[in-house]
Amino acid sequence: MFEAILLTVITAATPLMIAAVGELVVERSGVLNLGVEGMMIMGAVMGFAGAQWTGSAYAGILIGTLSGAAFSMLFAFLTLTLVANQVATGLALTLLGLGLSGMIGEAFVGQPGIKLTAIDIPVLSDIPFFGPVLFGQDLIVYASFALIIGVAWFLFKTRGGLTLRGVGDNHTSAHSLGISVIKVRYLAVLFGGACAGLAGSQLSVVYTPQWVENMTAGRGWIALALVVFASWRPWRIVAGAYLFGAVTIAQFHAQAIGLKIPSQLLSSLPYLATILVLVLISRNRRLTLINTPAALGKPFVAER
Amino acid sequence: MQIELVKRPDHSKLMAIASPFLAIGLTVFFGAILFAATGHNPLRALYFYFIEPLTAAWSLEELVSKATPLVLIGVGLAVCFMSNTWNIGAEGQYTFGAIAGSIIPVYFWEWNSFLVLPMMMIMGMIGGAAYASIPAFLKNRFGTNEILTSLMLVYVAGLFLDWLVRGPWRDPGGYNFPESRDFTEASILPSLTGNGAMHWGAVFALVAVIAMAVMLGKSLKGFEVRVLGQSARAGAFAGFSRKKMVYFAFMLSGALAGLAGIATVSGTVQQLQPVISPGYGFTAIIVAFLGRLNPIGVLIAGLMLALTYLGGEAAQVTMGISDKLARVFQGMLLFFVLGCDTLILYKLRIVRSHGPHAPLALHENLKPAEEAL
Repeated sequence: MFEAILLTVITAATPLMIAAVGELVVERSGVLNLGVEGMMIMGAVMGFAGAQWTGSAYAGILIGTLSGAAFSMLFAFLTLTLVANQVATGLALTLLGLGLSGMIGEAFVGQPGIKLTAIDIPVLSDIPFFGPVLFGQDLIVYASFALIIGVAWFLFKTRGGLTLRGVGDNHTSAHSLGISVIKVRYLAVLFGGACAGLAGSQLSVVYTPQWVENMTAGRGWIALALVVFASWRPWRIVAGAYLFGAVTIAQFHAQAIGLKIPSQLLSSLPYLATILVLVLISRNRRLTLINTPAALGKPFVAER
Repeated sequence: MQIELVKRPDHSKLMAIASPFLAIGLTVFFGAILFAATGHNPLRALYFYFIEPLTAAWSLEELVSKATPLVLIGVGLAVCFMSNTWNIGAEGQYTFGAIAGSIIPVYFWEWNSFLVLPMMMIMGMIGGAAYASIPAFLKNRFGTNEILTSLMLVYVAGLFLDWLVRGPWRDPGGYNFPESRDFTEASILPSLTGNGAMHWGAVFALVAVIAMAVMLGKSLKGFEVRVLGQSARAGAFAGFSRKKMVYFAFMLSGALAGLAGIATVSGTVQQLQPVISPGYGFTAIIVAFLGRLNPIGVLIAGLMLALTYLGGEAAQVTMGISDKLARVFQGMLLFFVLGCDTLILYKLRIVRSHGPHAPLALHENLKPAEEAL
């Protein structure tokens, strides 16, 4: 029973973790991309479409990831090249993504999808409990942890990471040191877009292998909240994502054991939990202030 | 080749007026490409989208009835965004206003008085404002990001409405459909033309536009909104409270969104259903920006976006074009608006490489003289 629950929690937590770690890199570079939901839903619809076209779940995931990345470039062009307002542009990306995915996905409504199969590592996956949990997952679950490790290493152990954080903390100084602020931010946004696309395709290829309009259901926004919850530190994203995965799964199990709670209240738990978590974390002003990238959301125009 | 921005010495007044039109032009242009790409005759599609709905009296009334909530919400959001407060949850406040305003027609349906409608409208506004005060309170008290909290509350409000119409508020004589009791005569906003779709909500929207235009243009409060929007520090020196402004902006836009909700439910839907909005609260964000955060501009922009809803329906019926395209149009429009707004503050310059810095700087020094000519 516990094993079964944990397995579903992992599936629910993975897309949140991937989208959040991507957005974390974006925000560390000083850019606030509120379009995660839009990029995710594009990843979901293109991931599904890609799997249908090629017959391969892996190809679908690749196409979904690339679509998220490509879609993020719209945001980058507007906010970085044309210095448009980041909040408004992020919202525009979400609205456009929801509309565009609905249009593209119309042909796929009701079609059975292609599910990504788990990688079954022989012998190891037969170990009771730990086998299925640790060695019987699909590629995206492993990728999600690889991303966390990779991002943590990149941000805090490499020169590139230092540059990126420098750009996010003070773009004027970074610029005068000869760093191309705009280039760094383009790359960060691109990475965030790819992560959101991957997270979205996880939804339509693993979580519920089908296309449903608006199937991200606010997960992109929860991922944004997770970045705040994690106070811009990669490892804390894991804790946040699994907490939210557990809350999401809890509602199904509560329904299954017949608790007399309206299903709508259970469905609203992840959203209420997001608010609660945001309140708890932002109560600690100092913690938030120390970790927030100082140039977050501020536009940059190179002076000459 | 690269695009570089050159700051204008002053706001371009021409671009400030021209940029929304440029954005609409670009949207129509790319829309035509989209139609062609999906195998439709672009000119015919554009005609059904943007011209045909304007040719009949009944569809003009439909246009106004769809523009009503967009303008009501949009004008509130314009004030909110101008004060640099980000209320993204108007859709939830719309829903909550509709619920609060529907208490009378659901519980006291037998009450028949001219007081019913005004009370419903007031309760709708209170409901919307109260719901909007939650993110404002959390922001002021705990420093919680208002974008995320107001947005989360949209989902919560939607689920709450869903629970109401499937549970305690379900019509006892409604064959188990997830709907509330039908509103009675006394609780339906009358049509302005006797039997058309255009109802009294349109008057509320006009009044709201005028009130906000006066408030922003003529009152101290309007000045306060602007100053705090530009710089919280400057506002503090003037003795304006940022926290009070957060409450003001949220509750004003919440009240107007709540009014939009109850006016639409009472005037158009005439009962509560699980879904009472085709995303008005989000589309109104586009309305606010397309209207350049100016109340009169919002009025025009609201009509424009109502046309995309209506045109979407018309094009679907006549040409079988997916109604999802309307939302693509709306999203594209906001993108182009934001992109074109750059032209107000900057000139675009296409350069071949990043090389010639010095001559560029020289050129820039000459600019004021150029402009004077």
